[in-house]
Amino acid sequence: MPRRRDLESICLIGSGPIVIGQACEFDYSGCQALKVLREDGFRTIVVNSNPATIMTDPGFADRTYIEPLDFEGVADVLRRERPDALLPTMGGQTALNLAVELAESGTLADLGVELIGAPIDVIRRAEDRERFRETVQLAGLRVPESTIVTSPSELPDSLTFPVILRPAFTLGGHGGGTARSPEELQRLLDRALRESPVSQVLVEESLLGWDEFELEVMRDRNDNAVIVCSIENLDPMGVHTGDSVTVAPQMTLSDEGYQELRDAALVVVRAVGVETGGANIQFARERGTGELRVIEMNPRVSRSSALASKATGYPIAKVAAKLAVGYTLDEIPNDLTGSTPASFEPTLDYVVVKFPRFAFEKFPGADPTLGTQMKSVGEAMGIGRTFAEAFMKAMRSRELDEGAPTPWPTLGSLPDGVHPWFRAEIGRVTDALGRIENVHDLVAADWLGLKRLGISDAQVAERCGVNPEVVRGQRRGWGVRPVYRRVDSCAGEVEAASNYFYSTWGEAEEAPPRGDKPRVVILGSGPNRIGQGIEFDYCCVHAAQSFRALGYEAVMVNCNPETVSTDYDTSDRLYFEPLGVEEVLAICERELPDGVVIQFGGQTPLKLARALEDAGFRILGTPFEAVDLAEDRERFGAFCEEIRVAVPPWAMAQGPEQATYAADAIGYPVLIRPSYVLGGRNMQVCYEAEAVAKAAASGERVLVDRFLEGAIEIDVDALCDGKETYVAAVMQHIEEAGVHSGDSSCVLPAPSLDRAATEAIEATVTRLAPALGVVGLVNVQLALAEGELYVLEANPRASRTVPFASKAIGVNLVAAACRLAAGTLLAELNLPRGGQTQEQFCVKAAVLPFARFPGADPVLGPEMRSTGEVMASAADLPTALAKAERAAGRPLPSEGTAFLSVRDADKPAAIEIARSLSRLGFRLVATAGTAHTLAAAGIGVEHVRKVTEEGEGATVVDLVRRGHCDLVVNTPFGGSGARSDGYLIREAALTARVPCITTIAGARAAVRAIAEAQGDLAVSLQERISAQPA
Amino acid sequence: MSGFLALEDGTVFCGQSVGAAGVALGEAVFTTAMTGYQEVVTDPSFAEQIVCFTAPMVGNYGVARWRSESVCTHARAVVMREARGPDWTDWLRDSGLVALSGIDTRSLVLHLRQAGAMRAAAVSGEASLDAVLDQVRAQPSMAGRSLAAEVSTREPYVFSDAGAAHIAVVDYGCKLSILNRLAWKGAAVTVYPHDADADELAGYDGVLLSNGPGDPEPLGDQVKRIEALLGRTSVLGICLGHQLLALATGHRTFKLPFGHRGANHPVVERATGRVLVTSQNHGFAVAPSDVREATYVSLYDGTVEGLDFPSLGARSVQFHPEAGPGPHDAWRILDDFVQEVGLAKAA
Repeated sequence: MPRRRDLESICLIGSGPIVIGQACEFDYSGCQALKVLREDGFRTIVVNSNPATIMTDPGFADRTYIEPLDFEGVADVLRRERPDALLPTMGGQTALNLAVELAESGTLADLGVELIGAPIDVIRRAEDRERFRETVQLAGLRVPESTIVTSPSELPDSLTFPVILRPAFTLGGHGGGTARSPEELQRLLDRALRESPVSQVLVEESLLGWDEFELEVMRDRNDNAVIVCSIENLDPMGVHTGDSVTVAPQMTLSDEGYQELRDAALVVVRAVGVETGGANIQFARERGTGELRVIEMNPRVSRSSALASKATGYPIAKVAAKLAVGYTLDEIPNDLTGSTPASFEPTLDYVVVKFPRFAFEKFPGADPTLGTQMKSVGEAMGIGRTFAEAFMKAMRSRELDEGAPTPWPTLGSLPDGVHPWFRAEIGRVTDALGRIENVHDLVAADWLGLKRLGISDAQVAERCGVNPEVVRGQRRGWGVRPVYRRVDSCAGEVEAASNYFYSTWGEAEEAPPRGDKPRVVILGSGPNRIGQGIEFDYCCVHAAQSFRALGYEAVMVNCNPETVSTDYDTSDRLYFEPLGVEEVLAICERELPDGVVIQFGGQTPLKLARALEDAGFRILGTPFEAVDLAEDRERFGAFCEEIRVAVPPWAMAQGPEQATYAADAIGYPVLIRPSYVLGGRNMQVCYEAEAVAKAAASGERVLVDRFLEGAIEIDVDALCDGKETYVAAVMQHIEEAGVHSGDSSCVLPAPSLDRAATEAIEATVTRLAPALGVVGLVNVQLALAEGELYVLEANPRASRTVPFASKAIGVNLVAAACRLAAGTLLAELNLPRGGQTQEQFCVKAAVLPFARFPGADPVLGPEMRSTGEVMASAADLPTALAKAERAAGRPLPSEGTAFLSVRDADKPAAIEIARSLSRLGFRLVATAGTAHTLAAAGIGVEHVRKVTEEGEGATVVDLVRRGHCDLVVNTPFGGSGARSDGYLIREAALTARVPCITTIAGARAAVRAIAEAQGDLAVSLQERISAQPA
Repeated sequence: MSGFLALEDGTVFCGQSVGAAGVALGEAVFTTAMTGYQEVVTDPSFAEQIVCFTAPMVGNYGVARWRSESVCTHARAVVMREARGPDWTDWLRDSGLVALSGIDTRSLVLHLRQAGAMRAAAVSGEASLDAVLDQVRAQPSMAGRSLAAEVSTREPYVFSDAGAAHIAVVDYGCKLSILNRLAWKGAAVTVYPHDADADELAGYDGVLLSNGPGDPEPLGDQVKRIEALLGRTSVLGICLGHQLLALATGHRTFKLPFGHRGANHPVVERATGRVLVTSQNHGFAVAPSDVREATYVSLYDGTVEGLDFPSLGARSVQFHPEAGPGPHDAWRILDDFVQEVGLAKAA
């Protein structure tokens, strides 16, 4: 059946900001869907609040709305655009939940919008746990024994512990957990009921220790169904699949075992009724008896389907989008072969392993035990010809920070319950490593054996206590080098011109690069982590597009299966490889690029720059020397002095004694941090000597900076061709210096800067960039304190704000940077002047994962902890701010009760805030100190007891928990005591989903937004850009 | 111990020997099924063949007696990128199969895809390449080889004696999965040798012409027997049985360049437009004819995957509805056959 002719325009909902459980995979799926829908002549409309997505680029859809993904936001767009259909299956749980809301409210029917991809009854059958269980049981399959409760009183008397709690309709099993006792159950159930938007929780038989499998299914309206991929979890049941190490294809099941799963998956898909798209089905299987339970299904493209697409080369989202508009599987060609249809099941002649990437080091106090609630922030994938090879690649692709706590830390410490087959395979690797004694004893056969087990040069080096370069030299001396194999979805059975490669050892080379186009190798950013996420993938994708447009062959190297950059459509050739020196040099030796592009992938490629230069490869654009200069705090300080740019007083120090001495000389407060960091790891603001001594206790060299209190912090993204500079965006942070720039909200244009200040900033950046030697993008962070301008840091590479800035000013900064790197002069780019005078205020707000990490203090600080960001625009700042908060999932209240509790230093400022709130009609509640200050200022306020305070009546935490509070303003005292009152208040607010503001500046902005926000109509990016003065 | 695979065109792939000692001669073919290695090796259709698995690792879940598709192994040798033991490799050795691991199977597959399936030798241990190649080239080619007689049962036997319908299976190299499925669906099943007499077969409610190895063309005698049978009872042909039915109805068969072997092959059922993901294992195929349209067509290369002769009460499929290994999408072809035959009998 061909494409439906009755549809002309389709609206696609994205997944919003990157949060745990919903990452770039939905940008990947959204992009694929938009691509094929447009090719098919549909008018496309996309709604997504995340500016760092490729799908929200103006060229990707006919109409792009960067609007909050809440009911109103999407309904607004639908009302304006009146599409024929809504496609909710590409935007994860967020989009699916919105579709349900829009359908149930009658909005879709009123507007005549058809839900395609997954009709409402299918979504309900799959997502409502009770209906799903009924459906599966009616189809003759088993589900875990369980009961659904909507209140604690409904719990059955006889429960065999442990039991698992799964709240309905939440992301990544959010709010769930395993209870081992009635007491624990009571506690977890409270939270789970709150987390579920429908207050429905499944309490079920624990299948702890069962093996877990997932199948990716596609089905069309002709009832054709195929299994795209089987995925086996190494971590057994009990660990969320997003947190599990997984392997594809499944490794331990016999044919009859596998076919039983396949049959069951098809039964489930048919019973639930998914008939125009993809679905993911999870199974638990008892290892000994083969007993099977259906755990859950997602009637949409999922994280696992992104993984399955990358693992097999079968583009699930693309095919799902085509199915949604009426095609059948046999009518859709397999991209990789071109000659065969999508109605086949990929067969793999390699193994794929995915490792999750965690960030527990960012959340001290949080429980790192894995359970049914997802905690990982990213993932890396490895492809090899054997399990070991793929496993080792994926494991090292995690790029762990030294000493960071993580599951699967080393080969020697595997979690319990891992299938013996995997243990044995991993054992081969440890054995082989253990047998190495001297690197000089190894001969060709030994090398080949080691490499075929996936052991890296660096691991051999560590084992032998030598430099990795020595290992590399020895290995190459024996002629042992990697070869590259194609991912073709069919194990070589059908001729495929696929451009998707991975390395292996001891085989024949396949399809070496040809052609006489100049060539660039673009290094990606690896797994998502806090501080390095989708923004950098956005930049890498644009780099590939830009260099291709400039006539280059773009070669991508990356290992993150969630991303658009690892879509084989993005580049001329894709190498799915770890971003290590060994792998990247090998690829460069094969590709012999004219240049290597390192400025778009965040910190990851920078770490490789030196080795690339030493090996004789040319870094395109800003030379590594400039990066080094900017990152080495000592060199940078001297450099700034030389070009007469002010930096805050600073010193390097080693040990507590030197550090306190330096701090005394500089003056308090000071900021202490190690040099050469991204994402502000281990940064601390210290107000007195004792804290400084503690911060410097490790004895490592630290940088002591004057901390500029109350300063306005400015973020600038600029382009430079080595001589001329283009200041593209001057953004102001809402939170003051001291909150990591990645966690701070940021506004463009900067509202607090007058003309003179703006000019001073531009002049500083214009002096700095060429002096640093920047050819391409540079990000400069500055602070304006008491009329003085200071440069805090300069990063001669793409920054986290590049996608936001590009969208706000309507200039593709990455494309411009690529042209500069390719030798074009700034003057030749004809960039629009006055990027700063746009009519709109654009706000970027960070999204924080605190709710995932109970135990960690949910307070903003110098350490970055946000996972994602949203963007909102409006004609005035308060409206933009209010919208950004909505988009970030923290809509500001317009009335009700506001609770205030601030540290002494903030009390004067709190008076103004309280007064405004009071005028707006808020009832004010405060703890003793703050209440006293406010009352003294003549503001009506009620006193409420702290938790630690003796007395009668409800405490502030009770108030918040009971939903008697609509806004919390709580600034922490100095550090953030783990079990302090402040912490308890913030945690309560977080759990009760009450907006909680932890800085005075943030509170001020919020109050302004509450007071002045206007009703605002959604405006598409295309309209905004065309409305801007050229 | 080392070992190697030598193809008739002189291409050599080196690896380690993980099975029995010796030199195994046969036609080098590959299968893309990711599971079911034991089923493949014991499938009589793989007689006189050296099977290369494209699956990256083979042997992961060991072996089990009941997984075998016949009482013994039929493939001549096994070629793998990475064999896992000890169960699987011990079993291969005990079964007398030469087995090679550490082979660059992907290169072998790409080569066979381009050059076509060819005669080969799998060698465990040292041997003179020239001597081995002489042996390889001295083998008869698979085209023109009649192999069914060698793997067929010598005597008829009852596989299952209880059932509404009584089905005779002509064993040209029949897989146990076919018999199991028929019996499971309620048929009484009797198995006959490849040269069973048409009159005797005609007494059954239905006859299933089984899969089997080799080229269908030289099986003139068997084809004649089928001709004599047609129209007298319901007939279902599978794989070689399908090809023989085609020959008996005046079609031609030809050798595919490298065959279809795997568990992921899509075929379209033309009557419904439905796609089945099928298990396949054939080196020969029925040539398309103007006389009769195929009922099933391969979505890989458009080759004939099924035929139907309603007036003769006969039909056939090229793929393996019994799976073993592979998906169960086409089980209903066997199920329907049992049911129809049963209904016809009852009527």
